[in-house]
Amino acid sequence: MAMQADEITGFIKSALPDAEVIIKDLAGDGDHYAAHVTSEAFRGLPRVRQHQMVYAALQGRMGGVLHALALTTATPE
Amino acid sequence: MTDTATRIKAEIDSSPVTVFMKGTAVFPQCGFSARVVQILSHLNVPFKSVNVLEDAEIREGIKAYSNWPTIPQVYVNGEFVGGCDIVSEMFQEGELQKLMEDQGVTAKV
Repeated sequence: MAMQADEITGFIKSALPDAEVIIKDLAGDGDHYAAHVTSEAFRGLPRVRQHQMVYAALQGRMGGVLHALALTTATPE
Repeated sequence: MTDTATRIKAEIDSSPVTVFMKGTAVFPQCGFSARVVQILSHLNVPFKSVNVLEDAEIREGIKAYSNWPTIPQVYVNGEFVGGCDIVSEMFQEGELQKLMEDQGVTAKV
């Protein structure tokens, strides 16, 4: 099982409509991605909370079908 | 609190810095766990490692405990700091060293 990059983007955007999502496929196996997510919803929140919001958007796939997602988050300038 | 959560809390409380990881500090069995061990060793932060591969209950229970879906997980003085991504990012920004010093968990050289 694996996920496609646009699937990941879709899940994140449905939970964070304003999010800008940049995804890199690290291994070409659909299992190891790097994602940079920028959203106003992160403003003022600690990194752990920001990442938890992204994992929640992925509805339980993180650590399951999606083995590795190197995640960084940011708020718009 | 479930039995597993109680056991997890006891592990967290038993050391200033606790790392739930795959493998051991000497033989990490996952790149992300190895990276966290490397960073903590570089910062001269002694830590207790809990090998989740040897305890399926803790391996799953820790994810619910912290509402964090992956391993490794780093705790400092009982507080969840993050997984490999956050620990690496904080390290690169110099925030992790400051946190460890502020929390008084850096070994005196």
